[in-house]
This record gives sequence, C-alpha cells and structure tokens, in this order.
Amino acid sequence: MKGGLLRLRPTHLMVGLAALAGALLLGVMVGPAGLSPGAVLLEIVDALPVLEVDSGLGDRAAVIVSEIRLPRVVLGALVGGTLSMAGAAYQGVFRNPLADPYLLGVAAGAGLGATLAIVGAGSGSSLVPVAAFGGAVLAVAAAYGLGAAAGGRRTGVTLLLAGVAVAAVLTAAQTFVQQQNADSIREVYSWILGRLGTTGWDEVRMLAPYAVVSGAVILLHARLLDVLALGEEEAGALGVDPARVRATVVLAATLATAAAVSVSGLIGFVGIVVPHTVRLMTGPGYRSIIPLSMVGGAAFLVIADVAARTVASPAEVPIGVVTAFVGGPFFVAVLRSSRRVVAL
Amino acid sequence: MSGVRLSSVTVSYNGAPAVEDVSIDVAAGEWLAVVGPNGAGKSTLLRAVGGTVAAAGVIEIGGVALADMSRRAIARSVAVVPQQPVLPDAVPVLDYVLLGRTPHLGYLASEGPGDVEAAQRSISRLDLEDVASRPLGRLSGGERQRAVLARAVAQDAGVLLLDEPTTALDIGHQQQVMELVDGLRKTGGMTVLSALHDLTLAAQFADRLALLDGGSLVAAGSPTAVLTPAAVSRFSGAHVQILDGPDGPVVIPVRGSAKADGAGDPQA
Repeated sequence: MKGGLLRLRPTHLMVGLAALAGALLLGVMVGPAGLSPGAVLLEIVDALPVLEVDSGLGDRAAVIVSEIRLPRVVLGALVGGTLSMAGAAYQGVFRNPLADPYLLGVAAGAGLGATLAIVGAGSGSSLVPVAAFGGAVLAVAAAYGLGAAAGGRRTGVTLLLAGVAVAAVLTAAQTFVQQQNADSIREVYSWILGRLGTTGWDEVRMLAPYAVVSGAVILLHARLLDVLALGEEEAGALGVDPARVRATVVLAATLATAAAVSVSGLIGFVGIVVPHTVRLMTGPGYRSIIPLSMVGGAAFLVIADVAARTVASPAEVPIGVVTAFVGGPFFVAVLRSSRRVVAL
Repeated sequence: MSGVRLSSVTVSYNGAPAVEDVSIDVAAGEWLAVVGPNGAGKSTLLRAVGGTVAAAGVIEIGGVALADMSRRAIARSVAVVPQQPVLPDAVPVLDYVLLGRTPHLGYLASEGPGDVEAAQRSISRLDLEDVASRPLGRLSGGERQRAVLARAVAQDAGVLLLDEPTTALDIGHQQQVMELVDGLRKTGGMTVLSALHDLTLAAQFADRLALLDGGSLVAAGSPTAVLTPAAVSRFSGAHVQILDGPDGPVVIPVRGSAKADGAGDPQA
C-alpha cells in the first residue's frame, strides 16, 4: 500500500463504470414500445457525433429512443447518483451510518412544498418542482438556523437534532394540508412515492447543473471527510474547521438533493443503501466512497427503473416502491455484516 | 525548535473559569508535566495551547502569539495527542498517520509522495512497520497509543501536547510510551507539554512540573521542589509518603491519616 488504502483504486472505478454502462444500455433497450434492442443500440450509435449508421428504425421509433427512453435513463442515473452521493456525504459529515440525504428536513420540506402546489395548482403544474425545491432548501436552512440558535457549542449533533424538530413540524403541516384536501390525496401520495417521469430533456436540464456543481464540491471535500472521521476536536487540532466543512458539504448535498427531489419526488433508500454497499466493498475512505457512490447509485436507480417499468407492464410500479422493497432486506444484510466490519 | 510562553492565561466555560491567570514559560526542547487533581484544569490548559478552546491572555508558540496564527498554522506548530483519541476501526495505520499531514496540505489538496514518506518515517520511528496496513480496530492497546503518537509526529510540529497519554496502558506500556516521547524530544527536538496524574511517572520523565489546583498554578519547578507531601495532600487530598528514587521523587500512597501525618517530612 504505497499511497494508503483510503484513496480511490482505479479497478474499483472501472468496475463501477462498467456496471453503469451496462445499466444505461439495458435501460434504453427495454420498454413498452416493443422496439428491437439491436436497432435501439444502432440508433444510439447513430446519434453519437461522427458515426453514421442506419438503425432501420422509423422516425417515430427514433423519437421514442431520443425523446422518451434516453432522457428517462439519463434522469434515473442523475437522480440515483445525486441521492447516493448526498447520502454518503451526510454520513461522513454527521459520522452517522443512518444518515441519508433527507436527514435535515429535505423530505419534509419538499413534501410540504409539493403538497401545497398540488392542492393549489394541480399535480401537472410546473409549480410543483419549484415548490418542492424551495421547501427542501428552506427546511434545511431552518434546521441550520435553529441549530445555531440553540447556542452552546455548534456540533453536528445539535444540527441533527434541529433537523429532526424541523422535519416533525413540516411533516405535521403537510399531513394537515393533505387531510384537508382529500380529493388530491392520490396525486400527493404518488409524488411522495417518487417517480421518474420525463417530458423530453427538461428534467435532465433542470437537475444536471446542480448535480455537476455539487458533485464537484463534495468530491473535493472527500479527504476532509476522512479527517472529520476523527471527531470535531481532533479535526480542529489538525487545522480543519469542522463547522466550515460541514456547512459547505451540507449546502452542496442539500441543493443537489432538493433538485433531484423536485424532479423525481421522494425516492427512498438509494441514499443509504448504495453508500453502505460501497463502504463494505471498498473500505472506509471517502475519496473512494463518494465517487463510487455516484456511479453505483446511478446504475442502481436505472436498473430499479427498468424493474419498475417491466414488473407490472404495461402499468408502472412507483420506483420508490422498488427501491424500498430491495433496500429494506438489503439494509438488514448490511447491518448484519457491519457487526464485523465496523461501518464508519 | 519552539518554546511555549503563557502569560495570564484564563479559560472560562460559560462564565466559570476552568483555568485562571496561569503564566509559565516552557523552553524549547523542555518537557513540562502539568499535574494536579481531577478537574484542576490540566486538559483545558493543554486545549488552550493547542488553540481548540478560546483563551484570554497571551499564548506564544516560538515567539508568535497563537491569536495571530491561523488554525492551520497552529496545527503545523502544535501536535495534540488527546486523552481519548477517536480511532476509526476500519482505517489502516498508514492512512491514519497520513491524516497527520493535513495541516501541511492545501484546503482541498491531496497528499503527495513527500507526505507518504513523512508518514512512513514516523511509522518506523514508532516501530509500527509490521502493522502499517492493519486496521486500527485490530491493534493492541500499546500499538494504538503508538499509532496516535505516530500521527502526531507526522505532523512535524515543534510542540507536542499529550493529555494523559498513559491512562489506558499497563505499567510496561506506560514506560514504553514515556520512553518513546522522551526519545522524540531528544532526537526530534520537540517541546513536550503533558498532563499526567501519575506523579511518579511525571517526576521521572519531565524536566519540570507545574501543579494546578482549581485552575490556578500553585507551584512550578523541579519535581523535588513541587512534590512535597504537604502539597500532594493539600491539593489531591491524598496521604502519601515521598521517597527519593533513582530517577527523582517517588510518590507512595499510604493508608490511614495517622500514618500519613507522620510522613509529613519531605524525603523521609
């Protein structure tokens, strides 16, 4: 071990990227329109610059590939990668294996925002993602404000507990609004379960900037998350300001999560299952956990979406149901094995 | 090499002073042991020197006031071995020691080959080569304490702060750790400040002792000057006899007040 084991190893990255490429191909080739997988493949090759091949697909089929299947697969990868990366970052910042990206009230805030928008303007309204994004960001800001107002030493634990309080209040408000408007309960419920619906490339365009910028910020802070694993006092004695690292990473993770939630609803378990799997397979270093969680989360959600589209075809199972159904038992397995391999 | 100077240092927690008006100089390369009963402010004083708690008064490291140094600059000058270090079980020794290079790296930079070399030097100085790739959770108590020291040494700081470095160790490992620190001080030219509640061990290894009580410095000087039965019984409430050992005074607890009163004579 020349440079230490906490760093990303190229073989791990290659395996992750290969899995992601496989998942993306599978996602594009499977769908209800009954297109031949080989022709879809050729169509994608044709869409690449320089290369010219005739896929044999008609115009309508070509549009299905480029405007329906591709955006959905790319959105799934972006959402999955974003939620897993944010989950891994939260686990590092709070030194808590149960942390997920919804920890500080993102889910409750987005839920309240989306519910208000659905009740006020209908589920198809373009206000829904905006309200969900705003609610998520405001909830985390409130948690931060409360954590600071609680006084004393501002530690990760204070912030975490403030997040619990904010989430409780917002969830209560969301439940109240939903209960007062029983006619829209179906739409609200379906939003909360999460889904990867696309209208062309709009959702991808909305999420991509947040995912890329936040991803870069969190990747750059990965080594500092390893330092934070020594606790706040020791990190401070090594010249690192734990509160500053925490604020930066939480801000980046929150913006990315809020953007993901605004386009896909509350897809659960990705942010907790994927980082733990990566941790168990590759070790405790965040320079390895963060990038591999991005790649692994992207692959996981694309495959979960294939399952969601095909299990009850032509109907769709909500993707949040698929991830939780796989995630629940998986999480038990992670907990069992973490008795031997200590998680954080 | 850098000495440490404290002038009128006061640290308060929520208005209550934990360390009050402490002034003392520690020469470059000297070992000062801070002794005193539980709650006397030993750890707080070390935290103030390490810059992890705010202190009133002036603390200087190598002639530069702590207040004028950035967090990273302090970490390049002062290495801390806490009383109960956090050792993430799954992290291998080499990676843990590499974290000691943090103050030498840019905010978002990564370790270079020079840092890996520094970590490896420090690992061999503390005789940890055989376990360098082993996770911290699979080390013995003595190895764990040496790993923490190795991380502090990799920090390349002139001042080493040790908060009760021997508490969790048996007598053999206590001696081993103290000898290692003494070696680091002599070959590496480090200035050492340690909080120690074992008075005999403190007297054997430190050049000078500083006795704290209720946050105030009540005595400072050579071990024989500070460790009198009267001082120990007054500040620790202990009944002791003090013998003249081969490496300085030896503090022996004795039972019952009658006996202890008879031992009120220094170096009986």
